[in-house]
Amino acid sequence: MGLELEISGISKNYNGAAILRDCSFAFEAGRTYALQGPNGSGKSTLWRILALLEKPDQGLVRYRQNGRVLPMDLDLRRRITLVLPRTGIFNATVFKNVAYGLKIRGVSRAEIDARVNEVLAVVGLDRKKFQRAGELSSGETKRLGIARAMTIEPEVLFLDEPTANIDPANTEIIEDLILKMRQESKTTILLITHDPAQAERLGDQLLFMRAGQLLAA
Amino acid sequence: MQSIIDGFTNAFRLIIHLNPELLRIILLSLQVSGTALVLATLLGVPAGAGLALRRIPLKGLVIIGLNVGMGLPPVVAGLFLYLFLSRSGPLGCFGLLYSPTAMIMAQTILAFPIVASIAHAAIVGVDPVIRQAALTLGATPFQESLTVIQEARYSIMAGVLAGLGRVMAEVGAIIIVGGNIAGYTRVMTTTIALETDKGNFELAIALGLILLTISLAVTMALRFFQRLGKTEAGENLWA
Repeated sequence: MGLELEISGISKNYNGAAILRDCSFAFEAGRTYALQGPNGSGKSTLWRILALLEKPDQGLVRYRQNGRVLPMDLDLRRRITLVLPRTGIFNATVFKNVAYGLKIRGVSRAEIDARVNEVLAVVGLDRKKFQRAGELSSGETKRLGIARAMTIEPEVLFLDEPTANIDPANTEIIEDLILKMRQESKTTILLITHDPAQAERLGDQLLFMRAGQLLAA
Repeated sequence: MQSIIDGFTNAFRLIIHLNPELLRIILLSLQVSGTALVLATLLGVPAGAGLALRRIPLKGLVIIGLNVGMGLPPVVAGLFLYLFLSRSGPLGCFGLLYSPTAMIMAQTILAFPIVASIAHAAIVGVDPVIRQAALTLGATPFQESLTVIQEARYSIMAGVLAGLGRVMAEVGAIIIVGGNIAGYTRVMTTTIALETDKGNFELAIALGLILLTISLAVTMALRFFQRLGKTEAGENLWA
């Protein structure tokens, strides 16, 4: 049984302004959710809270497995990941960037080699694995961000605008990757997008943010 | 003019013939400054990282203190260390005054604020998204800190080299706590001061040329690391 995520009454303020207002929802394991909404409506903040990078001012975030609420510890953090809108690539080769998540988990060198090479082939960056990550194009950098996440095989994957500011060819590659993950793994995918057609293509369920409130379609 | 030409000629002769006294002085200088730099790095990089990445009480005051320490006059550092190490001082029982250990302590005190301040500035300058990326991939707080330090490595390296430049050129502190004892605490800078005073220019010029060469090497290394940092961590990194 996969990880289930439930939020209730989540609110967040920045400098006195309410960013999130009383957001509640239950995310089922293994489904793909596509969140849409105007800039500044609180989408990224909500994703950061759900990915345990920030704490809400009010409300609860609960991860459950087999009906049991899991503690918010390193073990749980390592079962989920968020691909940031700005990838934040490390000053190293493409290979080392993708290997990072496995290396900090103490995975053996042989396993890292095998897994990273496999993922790089899937995202189409295998020919650039010894290139410095800073030399990649915008689209390739986005694919690198997804590759880093895929390598650690998260049970819940948050994607914050994974195809923003990239060309149609790279958008198609990334959409195919998301669809592949959706079909082949039990990963729960939570995606932010500004493209309604993309939300329809990728999401099992559509969600909307309006002035800090989370609405389900 | 002839005395200058003679001085340089004899100085080159000393260098070419690998004069034993010259070598002993160079070796001790490198030993003292190298040890001081290693200590300053081992203390300064974690201190700078701690200030940059952790919540520490009176952080602002500590940073101001480090910045002031960067310009600490060596003679003042030497004076205070002398007072601590002298027989009547709190550390007098260890008998460290006029020893290479005292000189290492003095140079560590001088290099530490430089290494710590530059490490702090370098780590603060790392894009916050790097920390977030490390966290999203499951880094522990320690692994997250190491990742950020690694991102700032070229600038930190520049700080370490700036510290090396400071200690290699320093004379005021080590002459006070080292005593400039021949064959024991006499290093390049103190020998230059003494030999010039005695009108013995060839050894002073030879050591001066060696110091200039080291200074040139440090400057070139500094530029290399700065350029490496710019090309690898510059604007194209965040495309």
